[in-house]
Amino acid sequence: MTSPQHTDLSQISERTNVQLPSWKSDAQPFVQIENITKKFDDFIAVDNISLDIYKNELFCLLGGSGSGKSTLLRMLAGFETPTSGRILIDGVDMAGIQPWSRPVNMMFQSYALFPHLTVAENVAFGLKREGIRGAEVKQRVTEMLDLVQLGHLGKRKPNQLSGGQRQRVALARSLIKRPKLLLLDEPLGALDKKLREETQFELINIQDELGVTFVVVTHDQEEAMTLASRIGVMNHGVIVQTDEPQDVYEYPNSRFVAEFVGSVNLFEGQVTVDEPDTVCVTSPEAGGELCVNHGISCAPNQDVHVAVRPEKIRVSETRPDQTYNCLQGTILDIAYMGSLSVFKVKLASGKEVRVTQPNTNRESGGRFTWDDSVYLSWDMDSCVVLTS
Amino acid sequence: MKRRSLFLNISAGLGFLFLYAPIIALVIYSFNASKLVTVWGGWSLKWYAELFRNDQIIDAALLSFKIAFITATLAVVLGTMAGFVLSRFGPFRGKMILSGWISAPLVMPEVITGLSLLLLFVAMEAAFGWPAGRGTGTIIIAHTTFCMAYVAVIVQARLSSMDESLEEAAMDLGAKPSSLFFLVTLPLISPAIISGWLLSFTLSLDDLVIASFVSGPGNSTLPMVIFSKVRLGVTPEVNALATLMILVVALGVIGAMYQMRRQARLLAQPDN
Repeated sequence: MTSPQHTDLSQISERTNVQLPSWKSDAQPFVQIENITKKFDDFIAVDNISLDIYKNELFCLLGGSGSGKSTLLRMLAGFETPTSGRILIDGVDMAGIQPWSRPVNMMFQSYALFPHLTVAENVAFGLKREGIRGAEVKQRVTEMLDLVQLGHLGKRKPNQLSGGQRQRVALARSLIKRPKLLLLDEPLGALDKKLREETQFELINIQDELGVTFVVVTHDQEEAMTLASRIGVMNHGVIVQTDEPQDVYEYPNSRFVAEFVGSVNLFEGQVTVDEPDTVCVTSPEAGGELCVNHGISCAPNQDVHVAVRPEKIRVSETRPDQTYNCLQGTILDIAYMGSLSVFKVKLASGKEVRVTQPNTNRESGGRFTWDDSVYLSWDMDSCVVLTS
Repeated sequence: MKRRSLFLNISAGLGFLFLYAPIIALVIYSFNASKLVTVWGGWSLKWYAELFRNDQIIDAALLSFKIAFITATLAVVLGTMAGFVLSRFGPFRGKMILSGWISAPLVMPEVITGLSLLLLFVAMEAAFGWPAGRGTGTIIIAHTTFCMAYVAVIVQARLSSMDESLEEAAMDLGAKPSSLFFLVTLPLISPAIISGWLLSFTLSLDDLVIASFVSGPGNSTLPMVIFSKVRLGVTPEVNALATLMILVVALGVIGAMYQMRRQARLLAQPDN
């Protein structure tokens, strides 16, 4: 399954070792969203979004509540009509095509299993609407239930199932018609943490196996990270950034994305050095000079933010041997979380910095204590400069 | 189990006594062997036998059941439609008026409903000759008017508590609106519809006031016959008849409650 170009792609994450990702090739996009706007009375839920989604992608729309992600999904399914703009799926304009005629199926957040039908009847529902009857229905339902590992529960009613089982029935039901595009609305939202993790990987396996294009809506950044081949971060009806998960996390393009995806420390400052491969920022808030090994486009002395993730910061008792990215402060708070410890460090400027340290051995949790004076430092390639 | 206080126990006891003592007395006296209503003369079923030999009462009972059956069926069809409009059409012009009109018969004094319907029927007959005279037909129309209000309220409540994504899921899986209604919506609200039917049936069977206004000669329903008999003095026969009616009505109400419970179970989302 490896493509000839495979060697060029050192940047691409492990999981997508299948082929050149389609969004990097010149393939025809499978879903084309062109200048879509949706207004509810005066409220603009989706504001002029254009987005291409490619075949076999697992695209995640990530955003808080009210960001318009669900509205966008419902427009793909046909439950909402765009105020302006158009949506093409597999090259076909979806304008005026009713939900029941679209090559799209949806898995609902509430699962929306029909309570009066058994599991098998729920899964068969879509096939029967296509006029398929008899042995074929039975065979395909059995296949699909086996795929989601529920072959033995076909005769149960939905209210006799656990949350995880209902989630799988909903998935089986939405996949039975072999849709070209599957929309998933917070697919793991109602599951507990452990089940979520298992199910995440199962979803990815099923997606690989069936070769369906998935569009997932979620507010949970961890879910988006593990599931997605690409993430579109949404805010106030606009897609702020579209990138692979790793890039969204490591190279957020705005303060919103940096803060929404994971936690981050932001330092305000002015650009003092602006070279193609180095930017230095003087930040009174941080009490020192912060340097980054990537260039940005900005004006001299422009106000910018330097963002650094808590896990990329080192904590030490003695002053590290570097003149930049080095801050001093006192430990305000410690939270021991098992695998890691979270420190809140207060700088001289009063700014609080969040640092996480892995507890690499049993004693490392007790290395520092409250009110210790510590140095915080990180490498040039650990932080990013944000201009917006 | 929480321990209940003495006060609560006494209140509950008094409440039940107040509600059910007259009914229990009536049931017991229906088995009275004596011809005098207030004098106990031992147990007997003879008034029940007497009752079934009374053609006037049997005819009235059959008429009442017929009216109740047709009324309940019509009320369910119209009431379901009204409930649907109220819960699913979103805001529309005249929604307030429609919901007001629909709940009006619930609170309107029966005398006024009866009187206004009577006036309407008379005016209509004068204007275009229909309904020609008053009788079974006009009673059915009158009963349907107020029964459909109950059905509409029950159906509307069920529809609004139903997860709308169930219908969207059905559409998403290829169900066109027509088949969507029969495959998903109707089965899901069927307990509400059945309980609405049973409630309408008992309401129609019970009604005396409205029926008195809009019925014609020779079209006396069972409550009307009982009422007219009682005016000549209560006979043990009437007690027997009343006991049977309590039985039928109780069955209807229990059936309606059972259906509502079933609905609640069906729509309940179990915990994870």
